[in-house]
Amino acid sequence: MAFFSNERFETNSIVLLLGIIVTVAIGGLVEIVPLFTIGETIEKVDGVRPYSPLELAGRNIYIREGCYLCHSQQIRPFRDEVERYGHYSLAAESMYDHPFQWGSKRTGPDLARVGGKYSNEWHVAHLIDPRSVVPESIMPPYAALAEHDLDVPNIAEHLKTLKIVGVPYTQDDVDNAAADLAAQANPDADTTALLARYPKAVTGDFDGDPKRLTEMDALVAYLQVLGRMVDFTTYRPEYDQNGGAGQ
Amino acid sequence: MSTAVAAAAATSPYNERVVRMFTIATLFWGIVAFLAGTFIALQLAFPAFNLGLEWTTFGRLRPVHTSAAIFAFGGNALFATSLYVVQRTCRARLFGGDGLAEFLFWGYQLFIVLAASGYVLGITEGREYAEPEWYTDLWLTVVWVVYLLIFLGTLIKRKESHIYVANWFYLAFIVTVAVLHIGNNISVPVSFLGTKSYSLFSGVQDAMLQWWYGHNAVGFFLTAGFLGIMYYFVPKQANRPVYSYRLSVVHFWSLIFLYIWAGPHHLHYTALPDWTQTLGMTFSVMLWMPSWGGMINGLMTLSGAWDKLRTDPVLRFLVTSVGFYGMSTFEGPVMSIRSVNSLSHYTDWTIGHVHSGALGWVAFVSFGAMYYLVPRLWRRARVYSIRMIEWHYWLATIGIVLYIVPMWISGIMQGLMWRAYDDLGFLQFSFVETVAAMHPYYIVRAGAGGLFLLGALVMVYNMWRTARGDVRTETNLGTVAPVAA
Repeated sequence: MAFFSNERFETNSIVLLLGIIVTVAIGGLVEIVPLFTIGETIEKVDGVRPYSPLELAGRNIYIREGCYLCHSQQIRPFRDEVERYGHYSLAAESMYDHPFQWGSKRTGPDLARVGGKYSNEWHVAHLIDPRSVVPESIMPPYAALAEHDLDVPNIAEHLKTLKIVGVPYTQDDVDNAAADLAAQANPDADTTALLARYPKAVTGDFDGDPKRLTEMDALVAYLQVLGRMVDFTTYRPEYDQNGGAGQ
Repeated sequence: MSTAVAAAAATSPYNERVVRMFTIATLFWGIVAFLAGTFIALQLAFPAFNLGLEWTTFGRLRPVHTSAAIFAFGGNALFATSLYVVQRTCRARLFGGDGLAEFLFWGYQLFIVLAASGYVLGITEGREYAEPEWYTDLWLTVVWVVYLLIFLGTLIKRKESHIYVANWFYLAFIVTVAVLHIGNNISVPVSFLGTKSYSLFSGVQDAMLQWWYGHNAVGFFLTAGFLGIMYYFVPKQANRPVYSYRLSVVHFWSLIFLYIWAGPHHLHYTALPDWTQTLGMTFSVMLWMPSWGGMINGLMTLSGAWDKLRTDPVLRFLVTSVGFYGMSTFEGPVMSIRSVNSLSHYTDWTIGHVHSGALGWVAFVSFGAMYYLVPRLWRRARVYSIRMIEWHYWLATIGIVLYIVPMWISGIMQGLMWRAYDDLGFLQFSFVETVAAMHPYYIVRAGAGGLFLLGALVMVYNMWRTARGDVRTETNLGTVAPVAA
């Protein structure tokens, strides 16, 4: 039999098994490994920071409710998308996202830069009953978020776990996680230390009920920070990977 | 178990009990998947179907639908057929004994229940088609290793000199899915008593890994595995040999080599580097060739037996499935071209494409295999009612057409509306205007899902009567009385 005859494979289960493993390994290795080794895969930008404890809790609610199934968080470099949603998304903006939430379908609009576009009151009204503010919307109502107290007793453990997978939380961040979680949504709290740890975090009451810390507070805090971290006044794309003219 | 089945089981050299169990599970989870799909389609047409409850929102039920369709319905069909095929083509009883096979069955059903109940309660990793949390992932890993052991062990102890082509595809499916599952689910739990974990990778690398996994869930779970079904059941039902041995060799190796590269086409124009996107697109376009190699091998197997399509609705299911396979593996490479993808991505066109593959190819080839298996596994002369197979075939086919055509229209329309400008250079449509424009298509799509579900219910009734041993007296629709000379 010739060396490359298929008979070698179809008469020996182990040879067939090894042949399959080698054949399917190549493509994945070539496409995945360089993403970890090529430095310019993630551009250098100012402003991207780990999520504050409240934003992180909100992000976990976003994941829990499957928001990513209808909303992308990835603006493509097209004229219409940039005009509709804002600057196209940068790799650096999701570098602390475990897991990424770029999404694959826009049953609803992209949310990569929704932060700051609407008031807290709008978000709360919209989440409780989407059709009260957008009559044609087909989004499910999430009224229960305003009724559930935010229950993350082990928020420090969440930060520690994220540290293990590479998010640069400091020991200071971990130690103050529970206090920061409460302070961000408390309009009477002193947020100086919180804002030093998490610049640009939106603070104050989110859900219209300053006495309670609810899941609604957390989710809105997360939505309000989306796309707000990068300082685009200092961003200069040296290598525009999407083929457009760099500056 | 009836006496006829018990007597046959005692004399059969093979473990048919576990195949029967997986067959029943396939039918059961098929109904669950189609019901969930129809329900969430209704939610998109009429949001009141979210019922105002946190457990029944689209966001929580959509993974129930996709997991039920891919892993529960598709997975059990793959288990049933692969364990049936490997025993017969190797002339060997399953490796590991009947107890291990029993564990495989119940272990896999437990995985499905753990995953689905988690979604409803909001326990998810938030990665499409890989939503189960870390403990469910670990359990699936154990079950999958057992599957590999049983399948490979049976191949090793075979009494045939050559491994039949269907088994190459099944083995590639089992091994590669194991690699993908482990690679894409590496995560660190927050606490060993809690459900929440964080993925090891983040952002752009995480996206690449996810779509390396996601696209090859299509490539190996929904394609290679189901090609295994095609390579056994089409020749059997047509009573013809596979068209070309050489073509099967070429398309097997090229298919599994090329598929793995195609993942980045899910990430066109994102923050994923350009070079990766270009590689993904290039290999996706090349993938058209081995895909059609498989289609040609399946269709041409009917050479000299095409007339059977008129009289045999089971063969019609199988052949139509190969036709849909050819269509969606042409559509896929087209959509992977960046300029096409810039329009199609994020729209319903993708959803329609997936369903022409999932309903037309995966479900149809499974239905064909089920109609082949049930009378044989329960030792019946034939399926209870041939007419009901005809009804199922047409209900399902019309359902698919009414699904994919509205999704083409709504997808392309929405893509065009998003990028439309008015005379003054402003965006012409607000986002929600494009949502409102989808409404009629979503209603048709939900109805189409209902037709597909109805067809499957007819099948389940037909299979139940078959297993009971009933035979319906009827004239076959396709049999036309000869005209007197």
